[in-house]
Amino acid sequence: MQKSFEAPRSLADAVATLAKHGAAARVLAGGTDLLVQMRSGARKPAVVVDVKRIPELTAISLDAMGATIGAAVCGDELAQHAELTALWPGLFEAAALIGSKQVQGRASIGGNLCNSSPAADTTPVLIVDEARCILAGPSGRREIAAEQFNTGPGRNVLAQDELLVALFLPRPAARTADAYLRLIPRTEMDIAVVGAGVRLTLAADGTCSAARVALGAVGPTAFIVPEAGAALVGKKIDDASLAAAAAAASAAARPIDDKRGTIAYRKHVAGVLTRRAARIAADRAAARA
Amino acid sequence: MPKLHIETTINGEAAEFLCEPHTTLLDALRNNVGLTGVKEGCATGDCGACSVMFDGRLTCACLVLAAEAEGRAVETVEGVAKPGRLHPVQQKLLEHAGLQCGVCTPGIVVAAKALLEKNPDPSEREVRFGLAGNLCRCTGYDKIVRAVMDAAATLRA
Repeated sequence: MQKSFEAPRSLADAVATLAKHGAAARVLAGGTDLLVQMRSGARKPAVVVDVKRIPELTAISLDAMGATIGAAVCGDELAQHAELTALWPGLFEAAALIGSKQVQGRASIGGNLCNSSPAADTTPVLIVDEARCILAGPSGRREIAAEQFNTGPGRNVLAQDELLVALFLPRPAARTADAYLRLIPRTEMDIAVVGAGVRLTLAADGTCSAARVALGAVGPTAFIVPEAGAALVGKKIDDASLAAAAAAASAAARPIDDKRGTIAYRKHVAGVLTRRAARIAADRAAARA
Repeated sequence: MPKLHIETTINGEAAEFLCEPHTTLLDALRNNVGLTGVKEGCATGDCGACSVMFDGRLTCACLVLAAEAEGRAVETVEGVAKPGRLHPVQQKLLEHAGLQCGVCTPGIVVAAKALLEKNPDPSEREVRFGLAGNLCRCTGYDKIVRAVMDAAATLRA
């Protein structure tokens, strides 16, 4: 039963609160996971720590190095940031797929990552975009690649007294673009059966010079598929190279059978979505200087 | 433990209420403030019947802790109509019979108004996706969508 509600105004206060309460405290950003979990009894924090009054958690900044997005920035606010959505259309489209407009008015990329669902929509894109997680705890700040943040379903590297402050996205190189696709049984408001994030860089001659492919919902965490990226590098993006990337993605997918899909179906769809997302990323990259 | 005393703004007016730390904004609006326009359809953020504007963003009141409302602004369906004048979304829902039991309707009104304020000329597809967070058990959505499209045209005129 939740006994108290805290709303620290500074990062130092937030860290002190988390250190003081330990496992009894849970961070609240948008609440679209936490409040649902509290209602079902899946989580029973005695202390809820609202971090939305801390400036670093709700700030967005963009400079020559890249973008720093506060962990509690909601998807709707992200969608309204024209420069961010232009530089990282894949991340924006992943955030725009989470739930409904109502959910996007609260849900944050930081929370999506920290909830550590294997099916989280923004995680595959954070991975391919080489996002870095900025964490704060009693001994100060540390950074970790988004690729290493989650360790299993519902589990991540955060210590009891740490919180995610922001995500840093390095500015993409020229002729580079990302994309995200997911499959759900309905048209909206559902959890990914498979999610595929791709980032491609095109050389001047139109061949692919760099490629990253990450899959979500087909393993205990989202993960990068080096073989799928390698299948595209040095080649023109055409049916043959896309088919090779798709095959690599299907082979790498390690889903379970559950109510959303069978292993066979999900492995197949992992390939399909990889092929389509790679095509979208390539078209976007080609359109960029 | 002592209750929390929350001072907030609801539909443009200063408001205050007492609540527990775990009280949702949905429950506080209905039980502590007496604004029963928000409906509890699921309490898990899936149905949209409790849609409100929270600091200018469309969201489900069941996904907000009432304590978060301190110093922030809440707009509910009760604030949509002006004195003596329904909002076009409300008027068109009536004209098109876009409701039957009416339980989803307050959420639809708030969500549709928010949709049209962001996108004054939506396609039908955009209206359906924009209202994906609002479930209706009665109407089959068709009349709701027609009403929202008609309200959009009225607002653009």
